[in-house]
Order: sequence, then structure tokens, then C-alpha cells
Amino acid sequence: MITALWVMIALAALLGVVLGFSAIRFKIEGNPLVEKIDAVLPQTQCGQCGYPGCKPYAEAIAKGEADINLCPPGGDEGIHKLADLLGVEYKPFGGDAMPKAKAVAFIDEQTCIGCTLCIQACPVDAIVGAAKQMHTVIASECTGCELCLAPCPVDCISMPAVEERLTDWKWKHPVYALRKIP
Amino acid sequence: MRTLHRFHGGIHPASHKALSTHQSIVRAPLPNSLVIPLRQHAGEAAKPCVSTGDHVLKGQRIGTPNGMLSSSVHAPTSGTITAIALHQIAHPSALPDLCVTLIPDGKDTWIEREAVDFRALSVSELQQRLRDFGIVGLGGAAFPSDLKLRHRIKVDTLILNGAECEPYITCDDMLMRERANEIVRGIFILRHALEADEVVIGIEDNKPEAIAAMRQAVCAAQLDYAVVAVPTIYPGGSAKHLIKVITGLEVPSGKLPTDIGVQCFNVATALSVKRALDDGEPLISRIITVTGNVEQPRNYEALIGTTLSDLVALSTAKSDTNRYIMGGPMMGMVLPSANVPMVKASNCVIAASDALFPPAPPALPCIRCTRCVQVCPAELQPQDLYWFAKSNNFGKAQEWSLADCIECGACAYVCPSHIPLVQYYRYAKSEIRERSAEKLAADRARERHEYRQFRIEREKQEKAEKLAQREAASRSAATAAPSTPSVDDTQQMRINEAIERAKAQALAAHPKNTDSLTPEQQAEIAAIEARRAKILELATDAGADDEPHKIS
Repeated sequence: MITALWVMIALAALLGVVLGFSAIRFKIEGNPLVEKIDAVLPQTQCGQCGYPGCKPYAEAIAKGEADINLCPPGGDEGIHKLADLLGVEYKPFGGDAMPKAKAVAFIDEQTCIGCTLCIQACPVDAIVGAAKQMHTVIASECTGCELCLAPCPVDCISMPAVEERLTDWKWKHPVYALRKIP
Repeated sequence: MRTLHRFHGGIHPASHKALSTHQSIVRAPLPNSLVIPLRQHAGEAAKPCVSTGDHVLKGQRIGTPNGMLSSSVHAPTSGTITAIALHQIAHPSALPDLCVTLIPDGKDTWIEREAVDFRALSVSELQQRLRDFGIVGLGGAAFPSDLKLRHRIKVDTLILNGAECEPYITCDDMLMRERANEIVRGIFILRHALEADEVVIGIEDNKPEAIAAMRQAVCAAQLDYAVVAVPTIYPGGSAKHLIKVITGLEVPSGKLPTDIGVQCFNVATALSVKRALDDGEPLISRIITVTGNVEQPRNYEALIGTTLSDLVALSTAKSDTNRYIMGGPMMGMVLPSANVPMVKASNCVIAASDALFPPAPPALPCIRCTRCVQVCPAELQPQDLYWFAKSNNFGKAQEWSLADCIECGACAYVCPSHIPLVQYYRYAKSEIRERSAEKLAADRARERHEYRQFRIEREKQEKAEKLAQREAASRSAATAAPSTPSVDDTQQMRINEAIERAKAQALAAHPKNTDSLTPEQQAEIAAIEARRAKILELATDAGADDEPHKIS
């Protein structure tokens, strides 16, 4: 009886030490779920979700504070992916949050006064220029977040939709006539 | 006798090749204008190196390679460049691309052609030559040939592809019949470049004349190349499948033929390689089959940039022609219009009518009969891929090796439900491509955003540090003020010192002209001094507020 008790105590102590060591040695920094959610998000850093970027939104989702249908640039597919990842029910976009066609910012260089406000607003440093010098957008880096539109004092930035080019043209989903039933 | 191997699946569509093999290759007349697209090869479009208004000679380079995977473009005849602008090209999207418009001057004057001895060139020089001369694969993919001469392991077998498995197309067949000697010379050069042990020329057994002509040319050149008649089965002309038939080796998914010690060139490419080295002629023309719903189907040797409708007009399209197909009926594309230029990859143009190619009946649901599985030469599961593509389940489609689909159309050919399977695969492939591009863009955006945040944080920290330093400095200045003079004090001290020095100097200075004066001069000086004193006195009286004049 006493022996059994000692064995149990010894086992408990041993396993406790092992568990305690593992908790320190194999500690995971941060929440791995946040990384996974962040990988699904489109990284436009537009803040349309109400958070100051994709990472904060991912953190909010991971904590359960934010809904999964707040990211218009991610589109419907993004919501499906988040729903699959988190094992929750799909939710359509609510209210006025609707996905738009992909666009990139374009600065009308005749009108630009070189105030640098858009440069400060751009979350991905996709605008080049200096004070009292003309600014321009690096189209390949622009995420189309529209954050540069509001600060521009002369409204010289527009968001033309990205036109389909030969190099990124896609085959369309086949559409064909259904058989007519007489 | 060589043992041949088999690949899985394949179909036997009606070949319709005899239509265009009765007449020999004829040179198409010089057109009134040529539109030469700068994107004629796999990879990046060439950069134009001429400008509007320039007069160019036949064979002059008008587009230089842009980047690694690219090739050159040349003027097919002499004439004047009238435009470098967007023009509709042979592409299913009907989107325009950058093209050079050339109005021929009718003289067809060659640029100076310089033949080189390929034996004197190193492999890299030879590659550069092919790149400069715009040599690309003429089988249809238009992959730059210079890149195909690269290999990491030794190339045992060089295969020449004369299979030409697609129905209707006969350009390689006619080329082998008529220009076998030049092809064999080209093969000799390619073998030299690749240092291949053996050369096998694979020709489908429905082209006995071509096989005979090639055998004769090989014999005449006293070479040991094997001319092999491979069984006629579609898609036996696909490089990977021809390699399998001839060597029994399979090119692994995502690998190149050179990774298993084999390389494969089209016979027409071999001819253009010969011309680039022996004759100094760049790739400016090719053989193209004009067939289908036309009065005189035949092969033309046409300049790159010739409008396809001009070529069709030479063979006279029948009145019920309602569309044109570039390439074969299995893998070719329906052209948005016949008013598009011929490119290096254009091996055939088919005039099509509803009588010749009846429209497909409406698609029925997939009954999972798996006839597509039986014919798939890539050994895929087309019925599953169809399902995944249709339901936008692209991840699953990738798992099921959609990327290995060669879009040969065998599955759609046998489908009893008439489902346009290849269209689904193309759709899924382009969606997958777009998603991976988006993923890359998102990763880059994340990186840039994170770096920006890091930079802002760093700047803030630096500012805070500077501020702290300044505060510390002013605080220490306030406490140590009595002992050490401040900046202003030291400056004042310096000023005072300077004033003292100036005063001392003024006292030490004596006027040099006051010694040894005559009595008259001394009297004069005394008078002047008296006048001065008087004026001073008057001035002091007149202006009480004025400062006294200093006279020293």
C-alpha cells in the first residue's frame, strides 16, 4: 500500500518535472493561429475592417473579438477560407462592406503639389517623392487600399481599375448552353 | 530494330493530313504590310530596338531579348517601320499586344549575312548566336532554343520530333520531304552542341514519304542517326510522350527532359538552327499549313508577320467558312479574327465551318464512365479534375496534378457527355496561376508593411533619444553655470579682449611724418589743430543731444 503510494508520488513528481521543462523549452512565441489567419488575409493593409492593418485584424479574429466577414479585399473566397480555417459558419458580407474590383492608385502628376501626405499614409511605401517634388505610385507594389485618397489636399489621386493584360489574362469558367427541353 | 515503348492512353482521330500534302511548299508572295508581334516566344516580349520611320533590311534585328527567358525578333523583309503600336494578335483573349508594322519596299534586300563555323564556337557562343537570331521551338510552344541547349547532366539521346500528331497539320511532314538535307545538317549542329551519344528522329508511321526522305538524307550525310517510325497515336508528338515512346523514360512531373539525359527538338527548329549558323539567316519565315474549308489546302513558306487572312486568301476559303483556328483542331485556338499576324509558333491555320466542325452538342452531366481516364496520356483522373475545376476547388485540383495536364483534348474527344473538359482545366490553371501571383504580392505587401512599421518605430526611438540627450545637456548646463562660462559669456569676453588689443595698438602707433618738421610745417599743424578744437567746441555747443565728436 505504502509502496504503491510512493510509486504514484514519484511518478507524479517525475512527470511534473518533464511537463514543466517542456513548457519552458518548447514554449511557442505568440499565437500560431494569428499567423495562419494573417496568411489568408490579402495584406492590403487598408483598414476597412476597422483595425489598423491585416495583422491586428488577424489578432482580433484569433481572440474572437472580430467577425470573419469584415475584409472586402479578401472577397467571398477569403471569408470561406477563414471559415474553413477557424471551423466556423460562413457569413456573407454585411452592410456596405462589398468587395471591389482590383485597382491601383494613380497620381495625376500635373496636379500634385508635393505635400508628402500620401507618402505618409501609404502602408506599404508604394509612393515615391519628396517635399515639393512630384510624387508617383509604384504600381506593382500598390495594394489598392485607398488610404492615400483622403489625405490628398488637391484630390489628384484616382483609383483606376486594373485592366486585364495579355500577361495576366485568364481563361474564364466555361459557359455553355443547356439543352432545351421541349 | 529499335524497341519502342508505349504511353498510356491516346486516341486516333481522323488525320485529314492528305488534304494538304498533294502540293509542294510554295513561297507566299510578299504582302503589302507585315505586322510583327514582339511577343512570339515563351517568356518576356522582346524590346523594340528600331523606331518609327526607320528603314530596315531583311534580317535586321528589330526586337532584342528582354531578360533570360526571351528571344530576338527580326525584320522579315526590307522596308520601312511605320508603327510600333498595339495590334490584335493571335490569342484567345482578343487582347492587343505590341507589334512592329513594316511596309516592305519590295526589294527584299538582305542585311549582310555572316556564316560561322559552329565547330569554332563554344557552347555559350552558340547559345548566344541562337538567341540573337531569334531561334525558338517551331513545334508550337516557341520556347527559346538557346535555353534548351543547357543541361546539368550528360545528354545521352537527342530526339528530333517529326511526329506531328495533330490532325490537319502537315508543315513538318512537307518540310522533311522537301528539305531533309538541311534538317540533317541542323541536327548535326544540335548534336555537336549537346554532345549527345545518339540521335533518334521520330516520325509517325503515317508519313512514309517523310521517313524515306529523312533516311535518305541521313544516309547521304553518312551519319548514324536512327530514323524511327513511331506508331500514329495522338498525342504522340508531345515531347514528353515521344521521349517515352523512343527511350522508355518518363520525364518526371515538374522536371525537364535534360534532367533524365534526353533533349527533344522539332525538325523545323533544326532547320532554322542550320540557317542561323551556316547561312547567317535569322528566323524570319516558317512553313505554315493552310487547310480545312479552303479550295486549295497546301503549305506555304510565309514571312513572320504575314496576316493570316492573306494566307487563307491564297488558298481561297469556301463561302461557308465562319471562323479560323490557329494550330490543330485538338489544341489550336479559335482566332478572334483572321486579321492577325502569323508568328513563329503558327504551324497551321484551319478555315472552319459548321459543316466541317459541327458545334458540340449541349453538355450533359458527367456519368463518371472514366473513358477520359482510359485515354489520358498524362495518366491523370480527368473526371475528378473536372469536378474540382467546376467547383473552384483549386487546391484539390493541384493535389490531383492538374499542372501535368498537357491540354491535349483527348478526354474531351471521347467524353460521351460532350463536356468541354479542357476549358475547365485551362480555367483552373489560370485561376491557380493568378492565386499564386496574388499570394506572392500579398507576401511582399506584408513584408513592406512590416518594414515600414519597423522603420517608423526606429525613427520614433531615434527622435526620443535625441530629445533625451538634449535635455540632459541643458540640465547639466544649468547646474554647472557658475564654474564654466556659457557660450554667450565667452563670446563677450573675446569681444572685450579684441577691443583692448585694438586700443593698445592705437596707443603704440605714432604718425611717421611728424618727425623733423620745418618751423613752417609746425606752425601750419598748430593752426589746423586750433581750427579743429574750435569746430569741436562749436559742435558741442550747437547739439546738446548729439554725442561729442571724437577727434583723436
